[in-house]
Amino acid sequence: MAKPPPQISMQTVWMLSVRDDRDRVAFANLFDHFAPRLKGFIMRSGTPAGQAEEIVQDVMLTVWRKSALFDPHRAQVSAWIYQIARNRQIDVIRKERRPIPEELREDPSIEPDASHILAIEQEGGQLKQAIARLKPDQREIIEKAYLGELTHQEISSQTGLPLGTIKSRIRLGLNRLRHELKDMR
Amino acid sequence: MTAITHHTPDNLLAAYAAGNLPHPYAVVVASHISLCLKCRAALEAHQAVGGAVLEAACQQSVSENLKSSILAQLDAPVTPEPTFQRSGIYPGPVVEALKGKSPRWASLGTGVRQSILSAGREGSVRLLYIPPGQAVPDHSHNGLELTLVLQGSFSDETGRFGVGDLEVADQTLEHTPIADLGAPCICLAATDAPLRFTSLIPRLLQPLFRI
Repeated sequence: MAKPPPQISMQTVWMLSVRDDRDRVAFANLFDHFAPRLKGFIMRSGTPAGQAEEIVQDVMLTVWRKSALFDPHRAQVSAWIYQIARNRQIDVIRKERRPIPEELREDPSIEPDASHILAIEQEGGQLKQAIARLKPDQREIIEKAYLGELTHQEISSQTGLPLGTIKSRIRLGLNRLRHELKDMR
Repeated sequence: MTAITHHTPDNLLAAYAAGNLPHPYAVVVASHISLCLKCRAALEAHQAVGGAVLEAACQQSVSENLKSSILAQLDAPVTPEPTFQRSGIYPGPVVEALKGKSPRWASLGTGVRQSILSAGREGSVRLLYIPPGQAVPDHSHNGLELTLVLQGSFSDETGRFGVGDLEVADQTLEHTPIADLGAPCICLAATDAPLRFTSLIPRLLQPLFRI
């Protein structure tokens, strides 16, 4: 039997409806999917449930308000929300704004490239599988590192995760953007 | 403009993605990423791993009214947070650290100047201005030192660093960066400890200048 053609994930479809059509139903779907995961993720690093829900609320409102910055040619929704959640957690814990790189916006006049979006999702899926295949102690190290529980001295430059292909794919996504950096290289 | 050849090491990118890099280093790494598409792609790859960890997180049910409360706030007017874009040679994160103002330079002698952006328990981050041909006072340091070139270039025992290049030095490296001829060299430098000078006079001045 032939494999069904790969599809863009529901999360990405919802996120694009939020971004392009301000679709509240799609936003509610994103909430249903991500809020319990975010709460679990935030509580793992020791944040009490009540404060974790406040952070979930801030993160989901940022997803709605900053949706224009979501670029499916560079990130899956989970990666984009991860970064928002970590920023918010740090701001709350340290009571200072975390330094963030300059924002790069997708040029709305460039047509989306479905095969590129799909490739990003496939790379993301492969990363998930690679993590799932790790031995439990290795997986725990990865989780700790990305939960912010390891210092830069403790993070080995060899995580054992194959990041090369997703890096190149994201780089292609960055090259789609029109910005002054491109002229510098 | 020549291509960036000295990049942010992967463990710093992972720690930055996870939000666990001390503030002074985070300013430098965010500035380097603002200038370097290669490291931005690498950062976003680390965020993809973070996303995978988030997807796999143990789910905790949320309060019944959380969703309705959030949905009710979607239309609430909000003051957008300020975003900081590049201004001249200064990348957005530096502009933010400068609070949108120009650097306030203080002389360190021999034409070298500094402008401290922040100094605290986690270390310090500053701008350094080094006239062509001048050396940054001979120094070693207790911990990690990150130096990002914003204008001109410098060379030391390990190589040449131009605009956008990031030098990563640890306590084992005793180096003497010298600004190359041409435009004055302006760098963004972060340390987690006060710099230790190897010659006597700057060492005496150190408490005064906080370098």
